[in-house]
Amino acid sequence: MSAASEIVFDHVGKIFERAGEPELEAIRDLSFSVKRGELVIILGKTGCGKSTTFNLLSGLLRPSSGSVRVQGHDPFAEFEWFRGKISIVFQNDRLMPWRTAIENVALGLELNKMPRTERLDLAESWLKRLGLDGHAKDYPHALSGGMRQRVSIARAFAVRPDILLCDEPFSALDEVTGNALRSELVELLRETQATSIFITHSIEEALRLGSRVLVFERPARIAYEASLDPSMNQATREGVRADILRVLAGELAA
Amino acid sequence: MRGRPAARRLRLGFTDFRIEGAVAVVGLAIIWQIASYFFPPFLFPPLPAIATRFADIFAATGPIGDAAATFARILAGLAGAFLLGALLAFLMGRSERFYRYAFPLLNFDQGIPALSWVVISIIWFKGIEFRIFFIIVMTTLPAFSFQVLDAYRSMSKDLLEMTLSFRPRKLDLLRVLVLPTVVPGILTAWKVNLGNASRVAVVAELVGATGGIGYELLQQQQLFDMAGAIAWTLVLVCFVLVVQRLLTLLETWMLRYRPASERSL
Repeated sequence: MSAASEIVFDHVGKIFERAGEPELEAIRDLSFSVKRGELVIILGKTGCGKSTTFNLLSGLLRPSSGSVRVQGHDPFAEFEWFRGKISIVFQNDRLMPWRTAIENVALGLELNKMPRTERLDLAESWLKRLGLDGHAKDYPHALSGGMRQRVSIARAFAVRPDILLCDEPFSALDEVTGNALRSELVELLRETQATSIFITHSIEEALRLGSRVLVFERPARIAYEASLDPSMNQATREGVRADILRVLAGELAA
Repeated sequence: MRGRPAARRLRLGFTDFRIEGAVAVVGLAIIWQIASYFFPPFLFPPLPAIATRFADIFAATGPIGDAAATFARILAGLAGAFLLGALLAFLMGRSERFYRYAFPLLNFDQGIPALSWVVISIIWFKGIEFRIFFIIVMTTLPAFSFQVLDAYRSMSKDLLEMTLSFRPRKLDLLRVLVLPTVVPGILTAWKVNLGNASRVAVVAELVGATGGIGYELLQQQQLFDMAGAIAWTLVLVCFVLVVQRLLTLLETWMLRYRPASERSL
């Protein structure tokens, strides 16, 4: 593990105890690290522990064994230390229905105690940036799925996080909207230099977005890892795609 | 309905039935007035006599004070029950162990008739105001607790995780997520309990107070003055309707974020 690593998973295991049922091993001996500014893609089929990995990273769960460190701190034990440092873009938009678009974007800033005028100005600039000019006062129910996801992206970026976690943020959108938002997100990540982990089911999305891809098998551990250099030629890229497919198919057969 | 705008159809669907309501009330008044021609005044007094008694209540400070005392008792009792009920609901929502102790007690309380609380409070307490406050609190507490608890438990796990991802302080979490989530439950509880509390307050005043609408009703009963009894009852009904309307306006404003369908169920 390099000293410049922003995120470090060190032999992490996670077991869920379930009343009246056998315990569930979601993660087994998982180790990986992510450098500052890197965009790492986690790929794997449903139920392979990707979201549990995410919840460990965001401090919502505590590992059963091993350790998780983000910027050298424990995200579960030092929960409040990470205020304003980590943001998540979820699979569904998770907007508060009682808040307008601008109030939803300003949520993280409000919790960071930014003064009201300042945070609303900033939230409005993020709405403009994501093409939602004129929708600041709209409640979520009045927005389309794509617009709502844009609001949730704006909410995540507005706090200027060091680390951004994306949990299949485009899977609920149609292809055209998903592609448009994907490009915007990549541009934002490049601009903000945030360290990012992106969960997806889509190999295409992984190859298009990431600087590195981790393929998970069940229970969550790394079955395959590849660096995705932008200068990589088509043949090498096709080779990575074939490898990922092979790993996923093998996992499927298992 | 054909040819009417959709929004108009919606309003007439459930919420806006002023015309039908007025027709029903006028119909009842006509039936009452007809009955007054066939029965003695102590059974069915004519409408003008009731109207005169109703106007008399608002013409002198004494009766107005009685009405105001009842209104204040109802609102104070409801406020006390709400605060205690919300606290219990919050503790039950936070602690499964506390829930296992508190739920059976509240359930038990729900089965106790209001009249039993009247008797118990008269035996236990000396002060009239505290007696009435205690009776209202004990009879409306379970409904407040259960409504707020239901609302608390229906809090979206997705929204909770999203809010926690920003690492809020405990009070901030309460302010930005918990309170907005439980507001619909709180408003429903107030609307449901208002009618109950008004009935209970009047019963409590009937047997244990020296002022208030319940006390005045007792006076009318002793005088065999049906017009006075109806007039005082109408004062209470008007109070409940006005507060219900205010609660509905508050609800409409606080839940303005909810989408309105153009088609009623």
